[in-house]
Amino acid sequence: MDNMNITSAQYSLGLDSTNTSIRAIIDGKELSVPLDLSNRHYAEIMRQVEAGTLVVAEAD
Amino acid sequence: MSKARGLADLGNAYDDGALSNRNLIINGAMQVAQRGTSFTGLTNGGSDYTLDRWRWSEGGSPSFVTDVTQDTSAPDGFASSYKIAVTTAASSLGANHSLRLMTRLEGQDLQQTAFGTSSAKNLTLSFWVKSNKTGTYIAWFYNGDADRHISKAYTVDVADTWEYKTLTIDGDTVSGFTNDNGVSIQLEFVLAAGSDFTSGTLATTWQAQVTANRYVGNVNLADSTSNYWQITGVQLEVGDTATPFEHRSYGDELARCQRYYFMLANGDEKTMPTGSYYSSTLVTMPVQFPVTMRSAPSLDSPTGTDYYGIYRDGAFDSFNSFTSTGRPSVNGITVDSNDTGASGTAGHSGPLKTDNASAYLAFDAEL
Repeated sequence: MDNMNITSAQYSLGLDSTNTSIRAIIDGKELSVPLDLSNRHYAEIMRQVEAGTLVVAEAD
Repeated sequence: MSKARGLADLGNAYDDGALSNRNLIINGAMQVAQRGTSFTGLTNGGSDYTLDRWRWSEGGSPSFVTDVTQDTSAPDGFASSYKIAVTTAASSLGANHSLRLMTRLEGQDLQQTAFGTSSAKNLTLSFWVKSNKTGTYIAWFYNGDADRHISKAYTVDVADTWEYKTLTIDGDTVSGFTNDNGVSIQLEFVLAAGSDFTSGTLATTWQAQVTANRYVGNVNLADSTSNYWQITGVQLEVGDTATPFEHRSYGDELARCQRYYFMLANGDEKTMPTGSYYSSTLVTMPVQFPVTMRSAPSLDSPTGTDYYGIYRDGAFDSFNSFTSTGRPSVNGITVDSNDTGASGTAGHSGPLKTDNASAYLAFDAEL
């Protein structure tokens, strides 16, 4: 139901060097988004990825 | 409202199953404002939460601009209201333009409505509203679990005067609400809408969602820079009768809001939990939430030069941002920074703090 403007998205590594979150700028806000579909930001990121309109960059 | 009428209404509410916790709306009195009390220059088709649980939203990319404030003008018995003021006008609207104020409710909090069964109960919405612009406005109810909707019109009859409105909607025997923590009802107060939303027939009964039937007849609040619209005392309850607003203490209301958004630290020199250096370049800080959040939250925290820091081993290390989160749950999360400046000795620990007026650290589990 939301149409979020996601201007960047990149995986972040946790202490065990696995992807634990996505650092994203959504509607102008800097967010660290958990990999959990009940989180509205992550759900929208995945929706846009599946729609082919967003690519989440690999972690540095 | 007379005392006899009030007692009778409460009796009806009891028959419908609730004398307390009647109000399904959180922050209906517009008391709680963790994100701030003033939001200016809102435009460009944006959408964001403002006062707690209340989401200002534009559709399309209209040229009008609005400000949102927590205002002290309110009817007797209330201290605050939600005000939207037009600062740049649009005398005509594009087809997909809209301006709305909305709140969203979890399905697990709506099971008492018995929607989707032959016993579906009616709901009653009541609120106080004030605007300089008289005319017809729409309150829109959307069942996101079933893509169904119903719209109710109300009128602002007298300019610049607080008016009490009540709207009763029928229970929906066709579709219910999923018993989970997802959004089930989206309630919108509509302030402007283009023809995409108004060219049909207003959906005055529950029906499959048709965009053209949502907001038929709504005024265009955005047509003048002198226009404003305010609301408070919003209550949604089961039953046919609007009972007196269920006032809750600020602490109770704040705790309810913190299920969806928790501001841990906001502004300069605010304390955050104790953290430690996991390695020489990584500070990690566990955070426990004061109430169980709706879902694992997003960290909402801006970047800026030396916005944050950690005291450790007789020194203070400043850094610009928190760079990741880990082990998220509804009860807590770990916040990490490997930003430049977070440079020390593994094992050193100490309290963290904000170090700039624009710094903040918040957690967002909104619907």
